[in-house]
Amino acid sequence: MLRYLVKRIIEVIPTLILVVTFVFFFVRMIPGDPAQLVAGPQATQEDIEVVREALGLNEPIPTQFVKYVTGLCKGDLGTSLRTKRPVATEIANRYANTVRLTLLSLAWSSVVGILLGVWSGKNRSKWQDYTGMTLAVSGISMPSFWIGFMLIIVFAVNLGWFPTTGADSFANLVLPAFTLGTSVAAVVARFTRSSLIEVLKEDYVRTARAKGIKEKMVVWKHAFRNSMISVVTVIGLQFGFLLGGSVVTESVFAFPGLGSLLIESVNYRDYPAIQSLILIFSLHFIIINLLVDILYAVLNPEIKLS
Amino acid sequence: MAKEVVKTEKDDIKTPFKEFVRKFKKQKTALVALVFILFLVVLSFISYKIAPYGINEYDYSAIMQGPSSAHWFGTDEFGRDLFSRVICGTRISLAVGLFSVTIGAICGTLLGLIGGYYGGFLDSLIMRICDVLFAFPGIILAIAIVAILGSGLGNVVIAVAVFSTPTFARLVRSATLSLKGSVFVQAAKSLGASDARILFQHILPGAIPNIIVQYTMSIGNSILTASSLSFLGMGAQPPTPEWGLLLSNGRNYMMQSMHITLFPGLAIFLTVLAFNLLGDGLRDALDPKLSE
Repeated sequence: MLRYLVKRIIEVIPTLILVVTFVFFFVRMIPGDPAQLVAGPQATQEDIEVVREALGLNEPIPTQFVKYVTGLCKGDLGTSLRTKRPVATEIANRYANTVRLTLLSLAWSSVVGILLGVWSGKNRSKWQDYTGMTLAVSGISMPSFWIGFMLIIVFAVNLGWFPTTGADSFANLVLPAFTLGTSVAAVVARFTRSSLIEVLKEDYVRTARAKGIKEKMVVWKHAFRNSMISVVTVIGLQFGFLLGGSVVTESVFAFPGLGSLLIESVNYRDYPAIQSLILIFSLHFIIINLLVDILYAVLNPEIKLS
Repeated sequence: MAKEVVKTEKDDIKTPFKEFVRKFKKQKTALVALVFILFLVVLSFISYKIAPYGINEYDYSAIMQGPSSAHWFGTDEFGRDLFSRVICGTRISLAVGLFSVTIGAICGTLLGLIGGYYGGFLDSLIMRICDVLFAFPGIILAIAIVAILGSGLGNVVIAVAVFSTPTFARLVRSATLSLKGSVFVQAAKSLGASDARILFQHILPGAIPNIIVQYTMSIGNSILTASSLSFLGMGAQPPTPEWGLLLSNGRNYMMQSMHITLFPGLAIFLTVLAFNLLGDGLRDALDPKLSE
């Protein structure tokens, strides 16, 4: 087990190095002079030089890269051009909001997705199956910003049950979490269904049924637990997509998280913030993928770890 | 002596394509989806001719009206007819979806064929690039690319093409790897067929079913991503009647006139739904594991 863990962690290192390099060259790929772009069209030559200095663009590329990487190791992400504060502080202020939002979305969407998937899968080709899968395919086809707006119109404007914006209380999280989790619940439901259908074809399920065990027990105790091995990995992977989806959802609800910070930074051309945020999103994604792989190995008795 | 009817082999042979058509015809939902997509394609060509109003025809006497017989989807803050704008937006969303996924599919297929067939350094290089592209959630990668290239629909197409490429590359690579050692490829090789001939005549056809399913599914996804980018202000710019942009415009008037957000969203939803249902149907018809 330990050897497998070490091996998987070592395998991630080249990807990490490539991602950091990619993000570093990101600022340098912008056509034209980034300093000029940031300083604006009316800037004088001196203004541009100040920005260039602030971005660290007046040094040779290798020196910049070394500085950038050593900065990263110390947790220094540079200074935001928009707020003139350290990017790390800006991110820290909003980090917890996005984590709370994604975790809540993941929680409800996994539970609902699994239940819907089991309901469809154990009633294959009956009305329950068609209803469940119609809901699921609709869920993956709806634009999240549209779901968000419809929820705001119904539950915030007309019924007044929830606030439209902000992140101060649990009530603020309900509508964004519903919006963000919809497509994940749909994906989980589709996957649970097909996984359960596969398992229900196995010999041991036939044996269990032949022994006269109640269908409820067969589904939940024999089939469900085995079908969950692959479902858990799908849920883990969806967590990464929730991070990406948070960008759109947070913009709809003016939710102060990392996603809306990314959009604000892109609109302002705040390059130090953009590159740090993209790096953070990607790091989370890589780490989650790694954890999912490890979890899969732990859960699946068929994988020999030695 | 009665004449014997000789059934030639040609009559009852089951080609994979015939088999696919037979199975696909059973997928009623997918057939409906296909008809709807064809309808959208026709609409995208004729929308400007049949639209009751011009897409930028201002009418200040009819501002923010709800749906009526004169304006089926109502009007926006400039009195423009929303129905005309939504149907004319069909062309944009379909074009963005088709272009971006086609570019991504062609690039990904070529990379996958080359990597899988030649192996070695080239293969590792291609797979490492895919790993890096996979290390970003799709929309974040698209935002990063648009931040570099600048906003606009053309750049959205490039961004979506880039993030759909690695999926095709991996898919085609694994198909290539499994077909590379097969007897018919070995036979072609021993007959002196060129690498290009082997790749495109012998290996690629084997990967086509998987590519088609992935292609259809990706179009729905890319229409969603592209409209999200336009919604965030990074794609189409006003006054283009792009659906995501129409929705984002409607957010300012959400409290009084919900129809401005309702109809463009419905258009995105139905279009993406049609592609997803078609993809599901194709997958079921092409999957040899699903027995009847």
